[in-house]
Amino acid sequence: MAGSWKKPVASGLQVAVHIGALLPLLWLYVAITDGRLGGDPVKELIHYLGMGAIRLLLLTLLVSPLAKAVHVGQLNRLRRPLGLWCFVWVTLHFAAWLVLDLGLDWSLIGAELVKRTYILLGFSAWLVLLMLAVTSIPALLKKMGRNWKKLHGLLYLVVILACWHFWWSVKSGWIEPAVYTAVALALLAWRHQAVARWARSFR
Amino acid sequence: MLIKSPRRHQLSEQQTTPESVYISRRRVLTGLGAGIGSLLLAGNTRALDLFGSDAAQAAPRKPLTFNPHKPAPDLVLTPQAKVISHNNFYEFGTGKTDPAENAQRLRTEPWTLTVEGEVEKPGTVDVWKLMGEIGLEERIYRMRCVEAWSMNIPWVGFELGKFLKRFAPTSRAKYVAFETLYDPEQMPGQRNRYVGGGVDYPYVEGLRTDEALHPLAILSVGLYGKTLPPQNGAPIRLVVPWKYGFKGIKSIVKIRLVEKMPPTSWNKLAPQEYGFYANVNPEVDHPRWSQASERFIGPGGLFAVKRQPTLPFNGYGEEVAGLYRNMNLRKYY
Repeated sequence: MAGSWKKPVASGLQVAVHIGALLPLLWLYVAITDGRLGGDPVKELIHYLGMGAIRLLLLTLLVSPLAKAVHVGQLNRLRRPLGLWCFVWVTLHFAAWLVLDLGLDWSLIGAELVKRTYILLGFSAWLVLLMLAVTSIPALLKKMGRNWKKLHGLLYLVVILACWHFWWSVKSGWIEPAVYTAVALALLAWRHQAVARWARSFR
Repeated sequence: MLIKSPRRHQLSEQQTTPESVYISRRRVLTGLGAGIGSLLLAGNTRALDLFGSDAAQAAPRKPLTFNPHKPAPDLVLTPQAKVISHNNFYEFGTGKTDPAENAQRLRTEPWTLTVEGEVEKPGTVDVWKLMGEIGLEERIYRMRCVEAWSMNIPWVGFELGKFLKRFAPTSRAKYVAFETLYDPEQMPGQRNRYVGGGVDYPYVEGLRTDEALHPLAILSVGLYGKTLPPQNGAPIRLVVPWKYGFKGIKSIVKIRLVEKMPPTSWNKLAPQEYGFYANVNPEVDHPRWSQASERFIGPGGLFAVKRQPTLPFNGYGEEVAGLYRNMNLRKYY
């Protein structure tokens, strides 16, 4: 039967996700200790982590369309590791901004959060991802029942916030954020029925 | 002629790595980098891809004869490697390392600079001949980028004002307009809007005439004792230390003295973010970040980067604040 090969393929891909998300971080660690991040390493680090996070986010949203297209439901098991790795990258992105860029100057951090809408958007996205990450514990999934699905539908909101944050944060040029936003909108459009169902669940 | 001694630029202990360790690490990194690049982060590694396997041959730089500047004993210079590898020169790409990669074949010789407009004696000078004739001096200035980083750079050059006076400006000369080379064949950013960050080329800048005549404003032809690398604006560029770095127009071919305020490139691109004056001002934020402090790019690595307070007029207020007496610097940012 076809099912016999699908399971090992899915687990193999799961391993690939872990390696793919972890290796760049190890590389980053070596690059940092080796002073290879260029003249302004803080900015480079923050951008590197932010771009990686948004790619992981889009990959997470790509899983179900892909699983449907190739008729391999097992692929859906990639969603949790991808989503959690996305949370890790976003957290590092945020931490680098807090610690390395603003030097944990809390009054400056507070002022920046309030004053810069794009930072507030990014912060909100991180808060939502934090909730999703915490509720990724399998035991909680069972306990929360239908509410779990409701909560995790917030990922649709996160992708919008992330693209918006990216768009507003660039100094010049709009092509790169436009490409990411187009991919994000395509992924949402593909599942518009699921998104609509999710939105209705709040009534 | 420097200028405030930077308060928090204490030299941090630099990590030194034995060469053999460094080289073997590089090999590991190159292998690792290739694998990762294809996995998840393809396209994002541009700025990090500094392994140099196919880096462009650096354009040769000539030593200059100049009057050296004796810096304050506690002054920490930004290492030359960072000054020449971290650049904004959108004609060669918008990434910080793009100019160093893409500008090396810029033909900077011969190079002429034309001065025209409201002057009694307009003319064109051969920049390389000028370098030999005019008395060059070193000026160590803090360069404050509008992106909230700063560097301490030893420029070599001459006073812009003294140079302009050779052409006898008329009383109608209220502003000075500058223009960068326009050569799409040599400058990929001028051929392609995406590469060039959407800037309308040629790059133009401007100063008020009294600003241009101020003795701190210089035309620079070198840094660290040698002629400028192309990514830093070879062979001749503007340095106005009390203004944000983007005012320092690079690779200048034309200076025009004019009656009306000339257009400036960043102001045209995003007027709400970049004004004509662009004086370093910790009290006026950029719309997307605070300008009250800056990351000083010094000798250390990532964790040695420290934020330091930004000074009004980048620390040169004593000399230049008078130019803006009775001006609202929030309005004229």
